[in-house]
Amino acid sequence: MSTDAAAPAGQLPDSAGHFGRFGGRFVPEALVAALDELDAAYRKAMTDEDFLAEFDALLRDYAGTPSLLYEARRLSAQIGARVLLKREDLNHTGAHKVRNVLGQALLTKRMGKRRVIAETGAGQHGVATATAAALFDLECVVYMGEVDTERQALNVARMRMLGATVVPVTTGSRTLKDAMNEAMRDWVANVDSTHYLIGTAAGPHPFPEMVRDFVRGIGVEARQQCLDLTGALPDAVAACVGGGSNALGIFHAFVPDTDVRLYGFEAGGEGVATGRHAASITGGSAGVLHGTRTYVLQNEDGQTVESHSISAGLDYPGVGPEHAWLHDSGRATYLPVDDDEAMAAFELLCRTEGIIPAIESSHALAGARKIAPQLAAELGREPVIVVNLSGRGDKDVHTAGAYFGILDKE
Amino acid sequence: MSRIGVAFDKARADGRAVLVGCMPAGFPTVEGSIAAMIAMVEAGVDVIEMEIPYSDPVMDGPVIQKASDIALAGGVRTADALRIVDTVAAATGAPVVTMTYWNPIEQYGVDSFARDLAAAGGTGLITPDLIPEEAGEWLAASEAHGLDRTFLVSPSSTDARLKMTAEHCRGFVYATAIMGVTGARSQTSEAAPILVSRLREVTDLPVGVGLGVGTGAQAGTVAGYADAVIVGSALIRCLLDAPDQAAGLTALRTLSAELAEGVRNPAR
Repeated sequence: MSTDAAAPAGQLPDSAGHFGRFGGRFVPEALVAALDELDAAYRKAMTDEDFLAEFDALLRDYAGTPSLLYEARRLSAQIGARVLLKREDLNHTGAHKVRNVLGQALLTKRMGKRRVIAETGAGQHGVATATAAALFDLECVVYMGEVDTERQALNVARMRMLGATVVPVTTGSRTLKDAMNEAMRDWVANVDSTHYLIGTAAGPHPFPEMVRDFVRGIGVEARQQCLDLTGALPDAVAACVGGGSNALGIFHAFVPDTDVRLYGFEAGGEGVATGRHAASITGGSAGVLHGTRTYVLQNEDGQTVESHSISAGLDYPGVGPEHAWLHDSGRATYLPVDDDEAMAAFELLCRTEGIIPAIESSHALAGARKIAPQLAAELGREPVIVVNLSGRGDKDVHTAGAYFGILDKE
Repeated sequence: MSRIGVAFDKARADGRAVLVGCMPAGFPTVEGSIAAMIAMVEAGVDVIEMEIPYSDPVMDGPVIQKASDIALAGGVRTADALRIVDTVAAATGAPVVTMTYWNPIEQYGVDSFARDLAAAGGTGLITPDLIPEEAGEWLAASEAHGLDRTFLVSPSSTDARLKMTAEHCRGFVYATAIMGVTGARSQTSEAAPILVSRLREVTDLPVGVGLGVGTGAQAGTVAGYADAVIVGSALIRCLLDAPDQAAGLTALRTLSAELAEGVRNPAR
């Protein structure tokens, strides 16, 4: 694996963080100095052998990467494609997010800051941040929408066990976007001592580029593993897209492989046509949210519209700017998967492979299931699809249990 | 010269600072916000800063967030805000500058917004989440329609950024007194006078100081070193905390008068 995990690749974004018409920095001036400092520290780290060696060692010895690429034969038989699961669910803390968090926590230390703050929706990024904060002895405050603290009580407890302070956010819709607003406000006030450890490839420059580079090892690994296993590159790569870090993480190494189709599956909620969804690319329009220009769920006046998804981790009304660009350029295809389709795929993976996936990742599985027949027809053979199983489903047992009606009455 | 420049010249001739009072459009209702802005001017506010409410105001503290939520829940739209500018400017003769986050402007259409704001009699726009590097379209539109541009500077801004940002401003520069969000504080900032003197090195434009000012005494302190004192949350709280509109307007008039007295007694 070595230093490939963090090697920046490709020409985008430009030096100001633009991916075509997307990205950039739409922030209060008070944050510009901190973003410049972060940008400089990140660029220095990316060419610093000590940093890269330390990051690689942490990924290997602490996070447990490279994660396996597992051929899911019983699932494959059900969906008519050879499905290879990138098992990010087996990483320490149970999701791909640990990769980004370890990279940013190392940078935090290098910048001499003693405090990290984070936003979290499902709680996975909050748990990962609290974990890294414990490991690196940093003070940690996690902002979480009050609605999410209720539906993800287990993760709230995990963060507190790890020593983090969890602040329930009671403004606005009391979900992930409001948690992000609150974290930004904290950062504006405490920027000298604090690093804002953004959990996805969104936000102002350099976050989208930096987070991508910290998670791109997923795709670097998967690409080589697929070559080793099948002797060829896959026909398609599938991932779920909320903010989009797991999808960029697995896409990025494949972007130059133009024969490999890239599919991002957005949360269709109750159906894009109902308006109750979180599919920013499929059902949104270009705008500015949380420091970047991207696709946003908004009304005519540019007011953010509330998103809806059974998956708390995808329940966000924006998307990382590089996805917006990959969409516009046609290099990746973004399609919605609704709650019911995702839950059907969740159940299918449980029953065929004995793996309980995160509901987020179940959107990628459902998407692979949707595109398999069409791919098979196009190729005239069974397609090979790499699916990013970005997280495990322990945190979702309550939601899924309620959905399937299998919880005993308390 | 812009109308806001006239206000600065007049205040300077009187040996005092300009008092800028903020109110969100449509808070608590469209009519209520018009009445509030008129009352503020009658009680001594020189310039109205009308905030167009936005769903995700990251530079604003709890008071303005709450007022914005109330305004948006009441259904206020950007077009309503522009009508309010027109009404208040006509009724008071005071300069009305708008403030909002970038996305509402981008969705309205940058040039269309500039055109319609100018037609409504607005003097310009304060942009809390737009830095000059991202402002190409706004620079062109504000030139085309003769509007002032106010970007923010912060105690964390480097000297080079202070200069660059001030060069892109027209009308006045907005200096954020503290590292933080809007909201009245018990003490005035120690960072603000330093920031203002650093700005004086790089620009001749008037400097307004905002964030954390809520009393006449604080206004006097800030008036000692700034050209304008910008007050938001403390004024808005008069309406939020009042049992009814009449009581709210009375409290708003009282505080406006106190602040107006403050800017006339600069601490030197």
